[in-house]
Amino acid sequence: MKQTILTIAENRPLTANVYRMALAAADLEEQRPGQFINLRLAGRFLRRPISVYDWEPGKVTIIYKAVGHGTEQLSRMKAGETLDALTGLGNGYDLSKAGERPLLLGGGVGVPPLYLLAKRLRAEGKAVTAVLGFNTKEEVFAEEEFTALGCEVTVTTADGSYGVKGFVTDALSEEYSFFYTCGPEPMLKAVYKATKTPGQFSFEERMGCGFGACMGCTCRTITGWKRICREGPVLDKEEILWAD
Amino acid sequence: MGRLSTVLCGVGLDNPVIPASGTFGFGWEFAEWYDINCLGTFSFKGTTKEPRFGNPTPRIAECPAGMINAVGLQNPGVDRVIAEELPKLRKVFHKPVMANVSGFSVDDYAYTCEKLDREDQVGWLEVNISCPNVHGGGMSFGTDPRAAAEVTRAVKAVTKKPVIMKLSPNVTDIAAIAKACEDAGADGVSLINTLQGMRIDLRTRRPVIKNVMGGVSGPAVFPVALRMVWQVSRAVGIPVVGMGGVTTAEDVLEMMMAGASAVEVGAANLTDPYACRRIIDDLPAAMDRYGIASIEELRGGR
Repeated sequence: MKQTILTIAENRPLTANVYRMALAAADLEEQRPGQFINLRLAGRFLRRPISVYDWEPGKVTIIYKAVGHGTEQLSRMKAGETLDALTGLGNGYDLSKAGERPLLLGGGVGVPPLYLLAKRLRAEGKAVTAVLGFNTKEEVFAEEEFTALGCEVTVTTADGSYGVKGFVTDALSEEYSFFYTCGPEPMLKAVYKATKTPGQFSFEERMGCGFGACMGCTCRTITGWKRICREGPVLDKEEILWAD
Repeated sequence: MGRLSTVLCGVGLDNPVIPASGTFGFGWEFAEWYDINCLGTFSFKGTTKEPRFGNPTPRIAECPAGMINAVGLQNPGVDRVIAEELPKLRKVFHKPVMANVSGFSVDDYAYTCEKLDREDQVGWLEVNISCPNVHGGGMSFGTDPRAAAEVTRAVKAVTKKPVIMKLSPNVTDIAAIAKACEDAGADGVSLINTLQGMRIDLRTRRPVIKNVMGGVSGPAVFPVALRMVWQVSRAVGIPVVGMGGVTTAEDVLEMMMAGASAVEVGAANLTDPYACRRIIDDLPAAMDRYGIASIEELRGGR
């Protein structure tokens, strides 16, 4: 965990409302797959937690959806502007559980945190399968990037306008050692039901601080109460208790 | 005595800055960001007799210049606070800590305070009376002078440590509640707790907070808090701890000029983990700017 002033290197749209932003800082600490950064925006009281898409020394990239006033404000920011960020937040995915054939399942803006994970797993020589789910063809992003890492990529769209028609659970491969997933809660619940192996889920919750101080994002699990921002956002399948 | 030092209910403070309960965990979480020994003290997470999970999520909403929380007093219960949290704190904080206590009956308060009274690390008991009284029809202890006095007396009977009653601002006459606490033996009062509020999500047409309402904090409430600190300071003779939207060293000075003996900082810790250290670092220059020689000079005769 560290507070860093990040300078925007690029901020460009990937789809109608999904943006890719690269941020640079000489003193940036390493960001692990599944971790998030928490950005302070001018005039907004609470920071905006956004998952890390990619990290390399001195540069972190996020892919975010402009869904409210804060993220819309973020989408209008220009290269050269700065952002006060808390970085290295959350537990991140546990790569040691991957096995030889990990399966990644991402839905919408749940796809981004899986990219850095895929990159790390490929660097370890794992055979990575990625299933990326979207509503429709116009919303698809990051497919080429996963392919370029050497992943076996399947894209699903709910309306069938691109790739496999249906949801990520309609394109589950038969052969995989472990799965990692991130996406909207209905998708996570479907993945929970459709999978038979252990896996890890990344969750979202409204946060106050993002670093474990306010208890705003606590959930119940088999292994006790966990703060999504601190002991999460990644939980093991076996410990999940669905709220309702 | 340093330039920033002050006294709160007979216990010395190196400076008047105190992270408020619920925004600073049990302290050791913040020791990962900075050496928390720079603080005057801090008020730890509201502790109850039994462990409490708190409210369902979402518990947090944003507002203009502030936030709403409905955490619902999540805490591991007094026994685990003593067995697990205080030993962890002892390693990173070497000053007396303020123990924040909540309860849902007069007996709850007395039970929890009696246990914390035995802990050497605890310098003050801060008693949050904004919780609903389960034996009083669910009305908050802090909205009724008699109930507030009853809690004060029950807590005073089980501890020798200074007792600071933390007041709810969701009342018609906060000075009357403060006076009732003073008359019942309170050593100090702290205020304000959060103001009740809510937000609605335009897309879902439902309240953002699962529990519908929550407590508003942050800079938005500062003028309201300052006004109440002013009123209460003039109504009682015991020390007043001011809080509510304090974000800068100037805010601390303003609170002290309104009558506070020390100042708690809440929501600011959640958006900037270094907020309290920054405020303490900024205090001397802010005092220079306004010709204030020492914090003690603002504290008056209390």
